Amino acid sequence: MSATTERGLNALRGAINSHVASYFASCVHCGLCAEACLFYTETGDPRYTPIYKVEPLRRLWQQEYTLLGRIGRWLRLTKPVDDAMLEKWQALVYNSCTLCGRCSMVCPVGNDIAYLIRQLREGMSAAGYAPTGMVDATRRTVEVGSPMGVRLPALQAQMRHVEAETGIAIPIDQPDVEYLVLLSSMEVINFPEYLAAIARIMQQAGKRWTLCSTAFEATNAGIQIGQSDLARTIVQRIVDGAEQLRVKTVISPECGHAFTALRWEGPNLIGRPYRFEVLHILELLDQLRRDGLLRTEGMASARMSFHDPCQIARRGGVIEPQRNLMKMVAADFVELPDAGRMNWCCGGGGGNSAIEEAHPLRMQAFNVKKRQLEAAAPETLVTACANCRITLEEGLEHHHLDLPVVGLTELIADHLICDPAPEVSDDQ
Amino acid sequence: MDTLSTDLLLWARGPGFMLAATLFLLGLCWRLLEIYSLGPPRDLAPPAQRRGSGLRTLLLRSMPERSTLRRDPITYLAGYLFHIGFAVTLLLFAPHIQLFHNLFGISWPALPSVVIDAVTVMTILTLLLVALRRWFNPVRRLLSGFDDWLSLLLTLLPLITGYITLHHLFADYAFWLALHILSAELLLVLLPFTKLLHMVTLFFSRWYTGERYAKRGVKV
Repeated sequence: MSATTERGLNALRGAINSHVASYFASCVHCGLCAEACLFYTETGDPRYTPIYKVEPLRRLWQQEYTLLGRIGRWLRLTKPVDDAMLEKWQALVYNSCTLCGRCSMVCPVGNDIAYLIRQLREGMSAAGYAPTGMVDATRRTVEVGSPMGVRLPALQAQMRHVEAETGIAIPIDQPDVEYLVLLSSMEVINFPEYLAAIARIMQQAGKRWTLCSTAFEATNAGIQIGQSDLARTIVQRIVDGAEQLRVKTVISPECGHAFTALRWEGPNLIGRPYRFEVLHILELLDQLRRDGLLRTEGMASARMSFHDPCQIARRGGVIEPQRNLMKMVAADFVELPDAGRMNWCCGGGGGNSAIEEAHPLRMQAFNVKKRQLEAAAPETLVTACANCRITLEEGLEHHHLDLPVVGLTELIADHLICDPAPEVSDDQ
Repeated sequence: MDTLSTDLLLWARGPGFMLAATLFLLGLCWRLLEIYSLGPPRDLAPPAQRRGSGLRTLLLRSMPERSTLRRDPITYLAGYLFHIGFAVTLLLFAPHIQLFHNLFGISWPALPSVVIDAVTVMTILTLLLVALRRWFNPVRRLLSGFDDWLSLLLTLLPLITGYITLHHLFADYAFWLALHILSAELLLVLLPFTKLLHMVTLFFSRWYTGERYAKRGVKV
């Protein structure tokens, strides 16, 4: 066995805890999780059964952490987890799983299978079996600061562009303000309208906010690839930036995994709670709406549906805010079948969209989204994750569907009441 | 009456039962220790506004999820049928209640034996269907190993021997009753080391998952 495989197995051992053991001990192999997984439902390939994808982790646990398993290993009745097995499982653990967590909602014994995949990825990446696309994205995030290689000058150029367009100054590195706004590189490069929307919404609400030159990137490829040490480095950057600027709240952008990384995994990665609060942009907008600080006018007449990003809704707990916000601006808001907690993944989450060789499978899995869209027949699809948005646009094009996809924050900003800019309040 | 059968029956009822019960308890303790002494992962993230709880998931996860029920109703239905069937035959059959009364001093009303009879047949047939589906369905076939087949067999044996005993299908009643008791004892002894252990661990698993998501504000 090679040294890297041994490192991988050690990482797996580190990922085993009472939750993992209880889940494996409880599984009755009923196969229901397959019916919840878009990679199985759209292909019929039994290898895409969620619990089967975590077989290397189960085998290691069974052989090393149970009496019977140890005896079986000693008598050479069972095969140990080796290079060949991990190599074979790479495509199952990464290409055919987006960590969407639908399986975890369905399992009759209550297993959180998405959590098991997350734990298994720690070992897979340590053993060198993470897909190249994801490894590169993670390396760029650690070395350059963003998975797409976006550096500060690129952001500054975008800031100037947005300032020219909106006539609002974009604050950067301002200490002691209420909000630190994070972005995903996708928003810097492809969707600058997000930054413009934030500027206009914050101005209307009279809130003080800032970007941070050392921590503007929110996405965390480290948790997608399953490398906690790198994930920690990436989160630490944001924590340092936010705590140096003494902001009250950090706003996670329209990105699913950024929210999971920062909100739910971050404190565990750095080993302590933050000295600030984390909100998803949709949570913030909903708060502003409740406080009467988000005032819109006019309703879009197009029939609109909302695609719930998995990490924001099912895995993040943000389910109601987007509905409250949609109802402010959409006259004809129709829910997709299984919307909200049980929405189907776009197919590109969990780092999947960075895996080039997974593209054909991703497009096949998109069939379930196609059916959802055909059932609700929206004229505009709204979402709140730049990665979902890219994947949706890709899937729609692949399936010859003509449907515009927009971000909810910019949709709200488009309907803001245009009154003279209020004075920024100083009462905080 | 055959003395061998009588001896076997006496052993199964006396020392055999004590041995099986002891091994079951030891095995169960060992397995639970093996699993839960690993300790839970830490969670330092502050909770959102909680929705649901571990207890909620623990209870409600027995209900089917709508979209999955539509896709695979038979698995759900078969699951309900054999679980309920097994529980009814175990807990509501008069001689079994007598046994519980002797052991724990408590008893409850029994179902008429004709009902138990029908439920037994239904349960056996459902388990056979489950076995067929395990063999022929590609997903379950891929997931299945020794444990799955052993667990099916361990569950079926007491039902089949019970049915034979109840109906005096073969001449040697004492022998079949002894076999029935022994099959139940085998089930007890091996239960902690098979997937049948889920009857205990699923409460922990549902609790863990329920708490993780409730904390995030998701009712699961």
